[in-house]
Amino acid sequence: MSDTLARDSRHLTFLRARERWKPAEIAFWFALVGVYFVFPTNLIFVSQILITGLFALSLDMILGYAGIVTLGHAAFFGIGAYAAGLMAAHGWHEPLSGLLVAGLAAGIAGYLSSFLLSRGGGDLTRLMITLGIGLLLFEVANSATKYTGGVDGLQGVEVGKLFGVFGFDLYGKTAYAYVLGIAFLLFAFTRSMMHSPYGLALRSMRENQTRALAIGIPISACLTNIYTIAAVIAGIAGALLTQTTQFVGIDVLSFQRSADLLIILIIGGTATLYGGFVGAAVFMLAQDRLSNLNPQYWLFWLGIILIVMTLYLRGGMLGGLSRLADLYRHWRNKERP
Amino acid sequence: MLSLLGVLFDGLAYGALLFVISVGLSITLGLMGFNNLAHGVFAMAGGYLLVTLMSKAGIGFLPALPIVFCIVAVGSLVLERTLYRQLYKSTPLDQVLLSVGIIFIATAGTTFLWGPGQQPVVIPEWLSGQYSVLGLDLSRYRLFLMAIVAGITLALVFGLERTRFGAKIRASVDNQRTAESMGIRVERVFQMTFALGSGLAGLGGALGVDVLGLDPNFAIKYLVYFLLVVVVGGPGSVFGTLLAALLLGVADIAGKYYVPQLGAFIIYAAMIFLLLLFPHGLLGRRKSK
Amino acid sequence: MEKQRHNLLTIVHDVAVFLMVMCGIVALATDQAHAAGDTIKVGIITEMTGTFADFGRHIVGGAKAYMKVNGDTVAGKKVELIIRDTTGPVPDVAKRLAQELIVKDKVDFIAGLGFTPNALAIAPLVTEAKKPTIIMNAATSIITTKSPYFARVSMTLPQVTEPMAQWAFKKGYRKIYTLVADYGPGHDAEAAFKKAFTKMGGEVIGESRVPLKSPEFGPYVQRIKDAKPQAVFAFVMPGEMAVAFMKTYNERGLAKSGIKLLSTGDVMDDAVQDALGDHALGVISSHQYSVAHKSQENKNFLAAYSKFDPQRPNFMAVGGYDGMAAIYNVIKQLNGKIDGDKAMAVLKGMKLNSPRGPIQIDAATRDVVQNIYIREVKKVDGHYYNVEFETFNAVKDPGK
Repeated sequence: MSDTLARDSRHLTFLRARERWKPAEIAFWFALVGVYFVFPTNLIFVSQILITGLFALSLDMILGYAGIVTLGHAAFFGIGAYAAGLMAAHGWHEPLSGLLVAGLAAGIAGYLSSFLLSRGGGDLTRLMITLGIGLLLFEVANSATKYTGGVDGLQGVEVGKLFGVFGFDLYGKTAYAYVLGIAFLLFAFTRSMMHSPYGLALRSMRENQTRALAIGIPISACLTNIYTIAAVIAGIAGALLTQTTQFVGIDVLSFQRSADLLIILIIGGTATLYGGFVGAAVFMLAQDRLSNLNPQYWLFWLGIILIVMTLYLRGGMLGGLSRLADLYRHWRNKERP
Repeated sequence: MLSLLGVLFDGLAYGALLFVISVGLSITLGLMGFNNLAHGVFAMAGGYLLVTLMSKAGIGFLPALPIVFCIVAVGSLVLERTLYRQLYKSTPLDQVLLSVGIIFIATAGTTFLWGPGQQPVVIPEWLSGQYSVLGLDLSRYRLFLMAIVAGITLALVFGLERTRFGAKIRASVDNQRTAESMGIRVERVFQMTFALGSGLAGLGGALGVDVLGLDPNFAIKYLVYFLLVVVVGGPGSVFGTLLAALLLGVADIAGKYYVPQLGAFIIYAAMIFLLLLFPHGLLGRRKSK
Repeated sequence: MEKQRHNLLTIVHDVAVFLMVMCGIVALATDQAHAAGDTIKVGIITEMTGTFADFGRHIVGGAKAYMKVNGDTVAGKKVELIIRDTTGPVPDVAKRLAQELIVKDKVDFIAGLGFTPNALAIAPLVTEAKKPTIIMNAATSIITTKSPYFARVSMTLPQVTEPMAQWAFKKGYRKIYTLVADYGPGHDAEAAFKKAFTKMGGEVIGESRVPLKSPEFGPYVQRIKDAKPQAVFAFVMPGEMAVAFMKTYNERGLAKSGIKLLSTGDVMDDAVQDALGDHALGVISSHQYSVAHKSQENKNFLAAYSKFDPQRPNFMAVGGYDGMAAIYNVIKQLNGKIDGDKAMAVLKGMKLNSPRGPIQIDAATRDVVQNIYIREVKKVDGHYYNVEFETFNAVKDPGK
């Protein structure tokens, strides 16, 4: 009796400990604030990393936590980007409401398409269905040149001042603060969701669908929920990109973007919350540095990095780190038997 | 009526092309369960080998094909030993990352060696142009492709179902442990299967360049098509791949001919539709685990 | 005990995450701008990798060829190229690269720009920073209207399309079928051709738009064959799309049944001529540049270009070459002191003797004015060339 109680409380402390914000996490976000002052000429780049990181976070929710493999996640990013862009191009210049509408539009699309995924079949089937939806959407945007600008891009996107005060400038100061603020809010939301009973339900669903069903987790409802929420966040990330670049290119919907995103998340580590941000930083920094050093053949070096990572750093950067930590623990255990 | 037959022929011919470039993936992905997105790299290698053999070594188109198959198959063994083997039991995500890395390296490598432009491929005179049969214009090259497809299908089905090696493959795939305990050298079998799949990819690439063109981005550009055919067909099933390729081919061509405004949408819409009807692929086996 | 260990574990983990972030930040810091000395920096934003790596190869090759011919020092200043890869039509990347070139590298000129969306995306930036920007390739009409600091040396699509329609009508073609790639430039070409051709009294009897990712042209070409036009006007992307189209066109025997193929020069790109081989023989196209153009400037250009690239240059390389020529001119005129507004004043109305023939940057629109040639694909000494046989002099962009 007391044994079960003890175990219960131990689990509880474990869960509680996980839920608490750790010093390193706080340092992570403060460091990002610091970037604003230390690297004023790199703000656009870092804000694009943050946007991609946020986008990767939304993929992490469905891939890492719910276990749905998708290659069409750019669909929601693109819907958000176009929704925000179209509003701004047609006279509604206020940025925050643009974000809301973009998230809503992407969410509706996510909700509707989630039903196509619950038909069963393996990972590959889901992968291809999401991929197919993404490609179809790309073609729609391409042929609706009149509304989207097609491959030439959507022109006339004018975003007004943030809170009516801060205009978007050449150095990207406002853009950076804006992106960082939104990214943090959405991250905090996701974090608390993943540490709630709902997040645990999702994990158990990923681990074993049959058992999850047996303990009363409504699988298909969970799936629809998480897919919709992830779509909303992806849509907001897309809208952020639109508002900070003041332009929408059709590549927001491209297969390339979905594929890069998947790579980014795997590099960073799935089901870690921070994996998306870390992966985005590593991937985009590597891409930027390598392509500046060697504009024509940088893909070669990126390929080498990816292969080395798969062979020696399974589970991505954060996965590798936690294994390092495991090693350390092991070593300590030996020290003090 | 005539145009209907013509469209049907074109559709089947396009299906044959889709089959040729994807059947290798059906083997590595379907039979071995390896998410080898780098399939296109082997196809691309086949294409560049063909071009080089024909222009530099002066070998004819037909004799070059079996050479391409063999070189790519043997070459793939090197990759299998050094990279692929280590990930046979990893998560699909790791396999994806590895194969994407290989694609990147191959893309940069071919750009370095051959430049970023299109490669010229000259097929022999007797394969270009059309036969006119009963008022129908039939492309000679497409007829040739269809013959090859028939050959590959028969050889694979016979090889997998009727030979000892085929039985070993099926045994190794279905239950590795039992197969091992029966004295099958699973590792060797997997090696051979991988080489077979890669060789077929190379052959497909070589046959495809005349229609698809050839540049360093081949592996990424057609990745979607490979996956599409294999997944719709049901991974691991040669007949399924064939059926899917032909179905998608006919749907795509007929759609483009009769409703050209929707040209770009048809093949993806057909794929989604088929996958919703057959979540495990047309002739896919439910994998028991 | 266990709790302690667990905390330790998470701390190790977190510290590592933190370190990683710091590494990233350090990596960011490593390339702070170096002080500008006696150099003029030209930032070239173009496609160096990906499906469109050919664009960058030609543009950069052309720019380097000009520097090879004319030396890398003008008015006592050394000219330095800073090349940045957009990987394709990705406007957010292009905009970021432009921003970094302006605020970090402190370039004096921006150049390159293979794609319209990339050029459009950077327009507000170069306006704000007053950076003279030379468009070396992107060909949509409206680009130069988007920033007063844009000047174009390449071409616009209507500019090369209209002469084709005029020539076709003059030669007696009345019923024409159009086939274009289904994307912005394709739609523009279709509209420009139709407008010019029907205005004279010709008829467009059918239109097809082909998806960009379509490896299969069969059904589209079959439709053309069934419609029996006198000629086809085609605009597809250069590269594998053009190759696939030409192959299907011949395989289905359209050339043999007397349907003439007309196109713009991007489809009959000099660089892919050898990949097209016999398939393209006899095709008529209109464009501003052919490697077969006979002039001393072209000879110099070809000789210099071959030092960088064993393959044939094309019109994009000429865009890069002429873009550098314009930049050199500005540096000379301003005696090495680059100021955005003064540079634009020099660019307006500037005349250049280009490998393609004489060109001028229109003083009013900052767009290029040039001769458009009608050419036919012929085999000369075992290689395939667009041989020019008729000239439309000093054509302005009709799209404005």
